[in-house]
Amino acid sequence: MRSKKISSVELTQLYLHRITALNSKLNAYITVNEEMSLVQARAADVQLAQSKIHALTGIPIAQKDIFCAMGWRTTCGSKMLSNFIAPYDAHVIEQFNRVGAVNLGKTNMDEFAMGSSNETSYFGNVKNPWNNNAVPGGSSGGSAAAVSAHLCAAATGTDTGGSIRQPAALCGISGLKPTYGVVSRYGMIAFASSLDQAGPMARSAEDLALLLNVMAGFDERDSTSLQRETEDYTRDLNKPLNGLRIGLPKEFFAAGLSADVAQAIEASIAEYKKLGASVVDISLPNSRLSIPVYYVLAPAEASSNLSRYDGVRYGYRAPEYTNLADMYEKSRAQGFGEEVKRRIMIGTSVLSHGYYDAYYLQAQKIRRLIAQDLSKHLSNVTSSWDQPLPPLPSIWPRKTMTQCRCTFPTSILSR
Amino acid sequence: MQWEIVIGLEVHTQLSTSSKIFSGASTAFGAEPNTQACAVDLALPGVLPVLNRGAVERAIKFGLAVGAHIAPRSVFSRKNYFYPDLPKGYQISQFDLPIVGQGSLTIQVPTATAGQTYKKVVRLTRAHLEEDAGKSLHEDFHGMTGIDLNRAGTPLLEIVSEPDMRSAAEAVAYAKMLHTLVRWIGICDGNMQEGSFRCDANVSVRRPGAELGTRREIKNLNSFRFLQQAIEYEAQWQIDTLENGGTIQQATVLFNSDIGETRAMRSKEDAHDYRYFPDPDLLPLAIDNEWIEQVRGTLPELPLSKQARYVADLGLPVYDADTLTSSREMADFFEATLNEVPKEAKLCANWLMGDVSASLNREDRDITQCPISPGQLGGMLKRIADGTISNAAAKEVFKILWSDGGNPDSIIETKGLKQMSDVGAMEAMVDEIIAANPAQVAEYRSGKEKVFGFFVGLAMKASKGKANPAQMNEILKRKLAG
Repeated sequence: MRSKKISSVELTQLYLHRITALNSKLNAYITVNEEMSLVQARAADVQLAQSKIHALTGIPIAQKDIFCAMGWRTTCGSKMLSNFIAPYDAHVIEQFNRVGAVNLGKTNMDEFAMGSSNETSYFGNVKNPWNNNAVPGGSSGGSAAAVSAHLCAAATGTDTGGSIRQPAALCGISGLKPTYGVVSRYGMIAFASSLDQAGPMARSAEDLALLLNVMAGFDERDSTSLQRETEDYTRDLNKPLNGLRIGLPKEFFAAGLSADVAQAIEASIAEYKKLGASVVDISLPNSRLSIPVYYVLAPAEASSNLSRYDGVRYGYRAPEYTNLADMYEKSRAQGFGEEVKRRIMIGTSVLSHGYYDAYYLQAQKIRRLIAQDLSKHLSNVTSSWDQPLPPLPSIWPRKTMTQCRCTFPTSILSR
Repeated sequence: MQWEIVIGLEVHTQLSTSSKIFSGASTAFGAEPNTQACAVDLALPGVLPVLNRGAVERAIKFGLAVGAHIAPRSVFSRKNYFYPDLPKGYQISQFDLPIVGQGSLTIQVPTATAGQTYKKVVRLTRAHLEEDAGKSLHEDFHGMTGIDLNRAGTPLLEIVSEPDMRSAAEAVAYAKMLHTLVRWIGICDGNMQEGSFRCDANVSVRRPGAELGTRREIKNLNSFRFLQQAIEYEAQWQIDTLENGGTIQQATVLFNSDIGETRAMRSKEDAHDYRYFPDPDLLPLAIDNEWIEQVRGTLPELPLSKQARYVADLGLPVYDADTLTSSREMADFFEATLNEVPKEAKLCANWLMGDVSASLNREDRDITQCPISPGQLGGMLKRIADGTISNAAAKEVFKILWSDGGNPDSIIETKGLKQMSDVGAMEAMVDEIIAANPAQVAEYRSGKEKVFGFFVGLAMKASKGKANPAQMNEILKRKLAG
């Protein structure tokens, strides 16, 4: 683009054509708006001509449909928001707009990010481009599939319990869940606020770094945003890995790990060693508890976060009802899918009088133990191995507990 | 048999910040519906709360004013329930870790005897920060309900007392003292019509010395009169119920001011399970000593301390000290006036509580709208104190100052209101009077001292009211004695 071989408009059109051709099969996008994308592409071309450019100026990026983007329908994969046009930009969207990137469209996802196979979306399943009978993972399955099938240059995702890492793995792309607080959550529709974190999904580590450079940074509108010095994530990309110590939690490589996955991991470890990294075995004894902890805390927060979808101010309202309570009940019964309702029920239950201490409070205590486990090791190792897929994706599988066991502990570290 | 009434109050004070507690929208009252509600107040998908520092500062200020512990770490929680004017489906409030801990408030409770009060200390349990909800409008929508979210997110400080009050009068005295205090320290405008200061009263009755009875909570009382009426009605209703063999069920009740009765709104069984939990969008609120000391530096002298000073240093009666500290503006006015005539505290108090207050009441003004400045009033009082004018003449000066303004000394001069203090002239007048009224003089000298008033009247008339009364009396007495 910088050498003027292709313009942003041409590149955007190229992707839009591919989306037109392939999306009916993959269902990676919920909303595409050619006109809005091309307006941005034209503006980017003006910027490119004036050389006022950033690495991502004019690059078409797919946005997970969890980010509010002004003027764009923003559904979060739910019937509840199927008619919601966002009147403001999320921090992440603003950041991409600021550098002149093009919003190529809004990608499919599990409803309110609750799921790991993209089967809970109101807008239908997403298919894995590598095997249309396999799931792409989730909840950022649409973004993973879109990147994988060249339906965008790169994409955004969000990760609460593995929603970037797992679909990235299942679609054979790169995905990064940044440390909680690195990317502002402002304008990102909340699932479980203390765990939700946005991150990049792309075809290479370099692209991830370029995207994260744009997405990261302090934002005063998010009270949990980290105030850190600006980081250039591309800085160490081409340096040797000498001195990098990778911890391998033995609990992640126990029962449930299939032979082919184990083999692939062995090969990766060998590659890391060859590049100069050292590998140490570590133990995270409480990591097995991350699954029950997650399934108490995430639904608890979600049950409260999703209370605002009541049919009063925006979003879906049942066409017929007799009174206020009936309007609430019908709108929510019809507007939410099964998995969302299940988690709201669980969350409401664990916060209820008489259950709070036994479930919510207990889970918070264990969360601290798990975080302590990880923090202890992170002072000794520079990175811990967070491999998201013990068995390879079978045909339309639900995410297995073994998969969750590997992604949840690092999610829980967030606070 | 006797009953004891037990009352605790929860008061919601609206903090005087210009923007909301978790968003940048304005808190001004009376705007067109939904024009002061931003994305955060509307609870659009993806929005997040950010705490208003000014609201925290006001809460600290209050805590310091009631001698309470300021929590170094307090936590915002979500109180979950569905209501159309509660946009998020939860209210952000503080639950088990409030910003302000235990404190106390000293109140003066009026007795049946006018001007008589007794002192009482009411303990405060806690005070916590929270956001207000919006308003549901049930009129003008033809079977539908309108929602105005302008008020949603307005910062509130909920101040909770211990059940220390034993009568409606004590509850009202407490509420009034609190009302004075929050305005005094500038954290709340105290406007009760606009809902800036609202009381919930927990009322129970018991036999003296017995365990606490079951309480009922009267919600949303927005005037001191309603507070008084509602508590009196409720306590009597509970006593009647118990004396007729009934029992009291814990309940929330509403006071209908039209008929002066309370009526149950919901019982304990229908009570919500609010599912409180720490709001993951907000970090725990940390307040260090430096911040507390910085806020302490902005605290004005508090009413109680002023009252004590007025009594001890200025020699004022408790009643006067209490009245003059009913608002910071009144106290400021008093002190500025006193500055002009430093030795005449009682004279200043009498005029402020007398002619000034009466004139303000007549024109429905408060002390900040007084047409006479402390300088003018003090200038006039100085002339009373040094004997230049009589009290009667001062009332004349006061009237002119009130309606036309001006300088007291020039008014005294141009209106010729100076007292006569020329002893020779006064003696001549008295001689004339004695000569002209021999019969009355004889009466007086025979022991009928009542006739003295007759002579005083004549003397004042002869001097056209300007004679210094004390001096004239002395001359009259001397001459009449013969």
